[in-house]
Amino acid sequence: MSGTSMTAPYLDPKHVREGLSRRKLLDQVFVIVGLIVMLACLAILAVLFIDLVIDGSERFSWDFFTNFASRRAERAGILAAWVGTSLIMIVTALCAVPVGVAAAIYLEEYAPKNWFTAIIEINVTNLAGVPSIVYGLLALGLFVYQFNLGQSIAAAGLTLALLILPIVIVATREAIRAVPNAIREAAYGLGATRWEVTKDHVLPYSTGGILTGMILGLSRAIGETAPIITIGALSFIAFLPESPFKSEFPFISFGWLDDPFTAMPIQMFNWVSRPDPAFQANAAAAGAILLGMTLLMNGVAIWIRYRFRKKINW
Amino acid sequence: MKLRQLCYVSAAFLALVSAASPKAARAEETVKIDGSSTVFPIAEAVAEEFQLSKRGGVRVTVGISGTGGGFKRFCRGEVDISNASRPILKEEMAACREAGVKYIELPIAFDALTVVVNPKNTWVKSLTIEDLRKIWEPSAQGRITRWNQVRPEWPAAPLVLFGPGADSGTFDYFTEAVNGKSKASRGDFAASEDDNVIVKGIEGNPNALGYFGYAYYFENKERVRAVPIVNSAGQAVMPSLAAVSDGSYEPLSRPLFIYVSEAAAQRAPVRELIEFFLTEGPALAQEVGHVPLPKTAYRLALQHFKDGKLGTVFGGVPEVGVTIDELLVREGKL
Repeated sequence: MSGTSMTAPYLDPKHVREGLSRRKLLDQVFVIVGLIVMLACLAILAVLFIDLVIDGSERFSWDFFTNFASRRAERAGILAAWVGTSLIMIVTALCAVPVGVAAAIYLEEYAPKNWFTAIIEINVTNLAGVPSIVYGLLALGLFVYQFNLGQSIAAAGLTLALLILPIVIVATREAIRAVPNAIREAAYGLGATRWEVTKDHVLPYSTGGILTGMILGLSRAIGETAPIITIGALSFIAFLPESPFKSEFPFISFGWLDDPFTAMPIQMFNWVSRPDPAFQANAAAAGAILLGMTLLMNGVAIWIRYRFRKKINW
Repeated sequence: MKLRQLCYVSAAFLALVSAASPKAARAEETVKIDGSSTVFPIAEAVAEEFQLSKRGGVRVTVGISGTGGGFKRFCRGEVDISNASRPILKEEMAACREAGVKYIELPIAFDALTVVVNPKNTWVKSLTIEDLRKIWEPSAQGRITRWNQVRPEWPAAPLVLFGPGADSGTFDYFTEAVNGKSKASRGDFAASEDDNVIVKGIEGNPNALGYFGYAYYFENKERVRAVPIVNSAGQAVMPSLAAVSDGSYEPLSRPLFIYVSEAAAQRAPVRELIEFFLTEGPALAQEVGHVPLPKTAYRLALQHFKDGKLGTVFGGVPEVGVTIDELLVREGKL
C-alpha cells in the first residue's frame, strides 16, 4: 500500500475538473430543457389567445361590452355575461376563501393528529379531483331546491365556492406549513395564545400562499360551465341583476343575489353552437375577454401578494 | 391586518346568502322560458323584440335545458313557457298532471331535418326513405360501409357518416321517421351535440353524409349540399321554405312547439308575449332559419290560446309526418 495510490483516479485534479464540467453541462442542459418546456406552454397559451383575438377582432368595441345578447351577431354583446360572471366570482371568493382558510387553519394549527383528521385530510384532497358536474348536481338539489335559492347568482356563487374549496384548503395548508416553527415557538415563548400566534404571525406570513390558492381556485371557477348550466344558468337574458349600490340608506343591496343570470362560458358555448357562422367571431371575442378577466384577477392577486411579502421581515 | 373585520364581514355575508330566499315580488314581471335548443333561436328573437317593444317594462329569460329538461322544470311550475322540438310525452304529461300544471300546446314553426353531403359528391341526386334506412338502421352497423352498398350505381367510395348525439330531439325524430323507432340507429357514426361540428365534418370529406336541422343548412349553403328526399307521393323534394310549408317536404319536417302553463297565461305579460309570439313570430322564425307555419295556422293557434284550449293533441306518443292543419283541428288531452 503506497501513499501515491491513495490519491487514485477520483481525486486526480484533472479527473475532478472533468467530472465537474460534465455535471455543469448537465445542469445547463436541464435549465435549457426546462426553459423550452415552459416557453412551449406559454407559446400554446399565446397562440390560443392571439388566435381568439384575431378571430374576434371585428367584435371588439365598446358596444360589445354594453350590449345584451341578440339574434344578430353584430349587435350581440356580453353585458349580462360579464356582469353575471363578476358577481358570481365575488360571491365565490367571499364564501370559499374565509371558509377554506378557516378549515386549513383548523387542520394545521388546532386539530389533533388522529384518525379522524386523517380521514378529513384524505377527503379534502380527494374532493379536489371530483368532476365539476357532480358539484353542479349536488348544488341543484341542495342550494336550488332545498335552500330554495332558485336559479340565482347566490346559488351559482355557492356552487363554485364548493368547487374551489378543496383547492383553497390545500394551498392554504401548504402556506401555513411553510411558516417556520421557530416563529410559533418564539411567540408562544412570549405568552401568546394559540389564536394570537395564528392571527398575528402564521396568517400574515402565509398570505402569499393563500392568495396563490385563491388565484388557482378562482381561475378554475371563472371558466366552469357544467355546474352552472346544471343549476340553471340562462342562455338569453337582456336585463341586469339589481344594482349592489343604492342611492338611499343603507346604500348597499343584496337583491342581486336572487336574480337570474348568465355567465361568460355559457354565452360562449351558446355562440359556438349557433348555425350562423358570424357568431363564431362573437364567441372568439368573448373567449379573449374571459382570458383577459382571468389575467386581470390574477394580476390584482399577485399585486396584493407582493404588497404582503414586502411587509414580512424575519 | 384587519382580520377581525374581515371575519365579521364574511360571517354576515354568509348569513345573508343563506337567508336569502327567492322573492316573489319581481316574479310577476319576469316571463321565464326554457327548453329545446332547436326552438331557442326563435324564442330568443321573440324575447329580444318583445322586450324592446315594452321598453324594459317586462323581463324575459330564455334557458336551454333541452326539450326533456324543459318539461321537467315546466311541470314543477318553475317556468312559464316550455320550448319543445317534439310533443309532450306520456311520462311528462303524468308529471304535469300530478303537479296540477295545465298547459296550452301551440305549434310555432317547422323544422326540416336536412340530409347533406359534400358539394364534391356528384352521384347522390336524391334519397328515398328506404335508402336512408339502409344507411342508418341499427343492423347497418359495420356492414354498410361503402356508397355502392346503398345503390349499386354509386361508387365504391367509403361512406362516412355524421349525425347529432343521442340526447338531441333531432336524433329522436330522424330515427323515428327513418327507422320507425325513436333512438334506433347504427352507432358507428361521428356523433356531435354541436351541429357545427357536423357541418365541418361533411365539408371536409367528399364521401360524407349527415343530417341536422334546416337552420344549420340555411346558414351553410355554400359549404354543404342538401339532398332532395323522395316523399310519399314519389317526388324528390329539396328542403326549402316553400316545400316545408306546403307539406311536400315529408316525412323529415316536424312542427316545433311552445307549451304555456295555464296559470302563467293568466298574467298579462305572459299573455302579451304569446300574442306577440304568434303575430311577430313567423317573420322572426324565418330570420333565424326556421320555416314559419301557414298564416291560418297562427291565427288558429292564437284563437286556441285565447279560448284556453288545454292539453296536447298527440296523446303522449311521437308521430311522424303529421300535417299542421290536422294538428290544429284535433282535440287536446291533458
